[in-house]
Amino acid sequence: MIEIRIHGRGGQGNVAAAELLAIAAFKDGKFAQAFPSFGAERVGAPVMAFVRIDDKKIRLREEVRFPDYLIVQDQYLLDTVPVLDGLKPNGMVLINADKRPEELGLKTTATVETIPGTEIAIEIIGRPIPNAIMIGAFCSLTGLVSLEAVQQAIMEKFPGSVGKNNVAALERAHEIIQKRKEHA
Amino acid sequence: MIELSQEDLNRVEKKNLFASGHRACGGCGQALAARLVVDAAGENTIALMATGCLEIFSTPYPDPSWRIPFLHSLFENCAAVASGVEAAYKALKKGPVNIIAQGGDGGTADIGFQCISGMFERGHNVLYVCYDNEAYMNTGVQRSSFTPLGARTTTTPMGNRTRKKDLPQIAVDHRIPYVATATVDDYRDLQRKVKTALSIEGPKYLHILAPCPLGWGHPGDMTVMLCRLAKDTGLFPVFEVLHGKLMNVLKVPIKKPVEDYLKLQNRFRHLFKKGVPTATVAEIQEIADQNIERFNI
Amino acid sequence: MLKQIEGSHAVAEVVALCRPHVISAYPITPQTHIVEDLAGLVGEGHLEAEFVNVESEFAAASVVLGASAAGARAYTTTTSQGLLLMNEVIYCIAGMRLPIVMTCANRAISAPLNIWNDQQDSMTVRDAGWIQLFAEDNQEAADLHMQAFKIAEQISVPVMVCMDGFILTHAFEPVDIPDQKEVDDFLPPFQPKAMLDPRWPRGMGLYADPRFYMETRYILHRTLEKSTEAIKQVSADFAKAFGRESGGLIKTYNLEGADVVIVSLGSVVGTIKDLIDQMREEGKKVGLLQITSYRPFPRKELYDALRDKMKIVVLEKCISLGRGGILATDVRWSFPRAEKKDRAISSFIGGLGGKNITQDELRLMVERVEKEPVELDFIGLNKEIIAERDL
Repeated sequence: MIEIRIHGRGGQGNVAAAELLAIAAFKDGKFAQAFPSFGAERVGAPVMAFVRIDDKKIRLREEVRFPDYLIVQDQYLLDTVPVLDGLKPNGMVLINADKRPEELGLKTTATVETIPGTEIAIEIIGRPIPNAIMIGAFCSLTGLVSLEAVQQAIMEKFPGSVGKNNVAALERAHEIIQKRKEHA
Repeated sequence: MIELSQEDLNRVEKKNLFASGHRACGGCGQALAARLVVDAAGENTIALMATGCLEIFSTPYPDPSWRIPFLHSLFENCAAVASGVEAAYKALKKGPVNIIAQGGDGGTADIGFQCISGMFERGHNVLYVCYDNEAYMNTGVQRSSFTPLGARTTTTPMGNRTRKKDLPQIAVDHRIPYVATATVDDYRDLQRKVKTALSIEGPKYLHILAPCPLGWGHPGDMTVMLCRLAKDTGLFPVFEVLHGKLMNVLKVPIKKPVEDYLKLQNRFRHLFKKGVPTATVAEIQEIADQNIERFNI
Repeated sequence: MLKQIEGSHAVAEVVALCRPHVISAYPITPQTHIVEDLAGLVGEGHLEAEFVNVESEFAAASVVLGASAAGARAYTTTTSQGLLLMNEVIYCIAGMRLPIVMTCANRAISAPLNIWNDQQDSMTVRDAGWIQLFAEDNQEAADLHMQAFKIAEQISVPVMVCMDGFILTHAFEPVDIPDQKEVDDFLPPFQPKAMLDPRWPRGMGLYADPRFYMETRYILHRTLEKSTEAIKQVSADFAKAFGRESGGLIKTYNLEGADVVIVSLGSVVGTIKDLIDQMREEGKKVGLLQITSYRPFPRKELYDALRDKMKIVVLEKCISLGRGGILATDVRWSFPRAEKKDRAISSFIGGLGGKNITQDELRLMVERVEKEPVELDFIGLNKEIIAERDL
């Protein structure tokens, strides 16, 4: 079973990100569970969402304390919330940041990846909601869910131009990561 | 960047009895209103509040924002609880103290209706402040009896088909000594009304229009502008009723069509098909026109 | 059709498929998505029903009471504060034998205010005369609603389907949603046994003096006791119609040869099952008995399953303040006093106000009761924020 924890602020589409990953895993023929950890509706407050993916039915109901993967939708959370808590030593954390991993100065043995999600979102979608970019980068980095499945999930959940723009953002993120892999 | 001296900071911090650091959304009309109300009331005040946005974002343990004593009980009983506090002060011959009960749509006009009517009818010396954001915002934008005609909420997905419950009128009909309406953009007027209310013995009702960026669907920096338009279209009349007499109606020499107000909010977006207003817009204009005539705005 | 869907949405879809005539519910976290979805389905014309937007839960319960009394299939949903506010009406509905179905999205009770999951709310009305069924996961939550209408209408007893707030309502997981025909085949149209209609002038909710009141309570009590039959039968019918086990009175997991048995209800059983598998691999024999029907309490079934078990630990997300575990009391009562004096039934409270229950903490709980019985303790209690002077 793979466990993913998503950190962000209310309004950045954290829950949607978790749901899209879950739907994509479902389309890929896997079992998935996604759920938020939040309270009343409040824009801007730090929130978390969790995803579990497995080849068999998922029964566990506790929050994800030892994630294999972390997705951080807002780099400024790094200073205020202990996002790295519990991350597995050989895990990976993907951060929405306009800096390179080394520049963030994070103390962890896990792999650190970054992508300027907000900038790309503003360019392609017109709003600073980075979740499609983060998922795109995540798919590309981990291969945990297929890009096609996420594309379908986005188009089903967000009809019309919103869906198209998010798919474009998803694909851009994927391209960026692919290019990085080639250059590495 | 302006550097504030320690003296400045002390002064600023002392002034705000509703401190910053609460968890309201950016541009929240209610947070702004609460701060203005409490600062106008001063330190000698006990605040009661109903469950709702205000309570959730201003009282999380261990960081409440209130620098005055406050109590939150349930969603529906704020006015009754305030009545009890008032009765205690009377019985114990304590005070005088300002007792301010606060609620949103639900806590005032729906689930709290029974208790507010009782408080008015029995004549308790309490100021009730209603922060009207026109839906149940705390639980995710469901309709209330304050949801205006045509507004989309999650429980009126096709647009609300009822008119706003006229609670100021209902308050007047309870024959309480002071009823007023106000908006968060005109802080002087709002604070004057708070002070006026608190200078009068008996039940007082202050109804404040408090835009909600998340629920109404507008950017946080438009809160003030939307209040102005609500007044300029005639949709939200601003007035006072002192001992049953209507006075100080805010006149609007150059009125704006309701479209100017509706077009800026996502909750009314479905009322325009490719920019052309549907029939509901005319119904809303009719409501505005009725207000204009009734209050001679 | 199998869908990856949020728990609330699954419930709303299935409730709509059950063709309710009248729905009235007041929004309260974490049940709001159920209310919104149903409002949407009615508003957009997918469900032909009257959706009554009310001013409070007290009104919502009163509206469905009136609707059911008039012969309509009626549904409402609430939680926590809302359930408490409609308390009076809950008793009224049961006393009038109205077959209303309600979803309770289990949540903690104020004061202090807390919107997260525990089971205190539904426990508060356990004596009111409703059947209370607890869902393990969202598939069961959806399935139980279909069974609930069928059971309620068969025996004229209202049914409350309890699902853990946030943990289930807001969890996104695979749920098989049946199609309309399958539901229609399983759940026939409502045939009221009594209704307000000028053609049959009868009164409901009469004034009963001491000569009559106790007898009505006796009848209701015996009916509830006997309802175990209907619950079992409907669960069997469901399995036949839909090909999966769901509902019923109790379920057991790895009970054979178990040295320690955990008794619990609700979504936490998922976590418990994972722990049991883990411990089995380590050679420790732990089993689970999960309560699906809490009212009527399946005393006989529980006793039959656990009669040879000496170490039982009850885990629940509720408490009777001043006394202890509520489910624990029911479990202890299920065993005749004279028998097996060395049987130990321990009581643990956890998860109140949404406090996360981890496998590690459950493991410690099991290890403790292996060594000695525990009268009452709390899982995950943070003693650091409790001062001596508080106690």
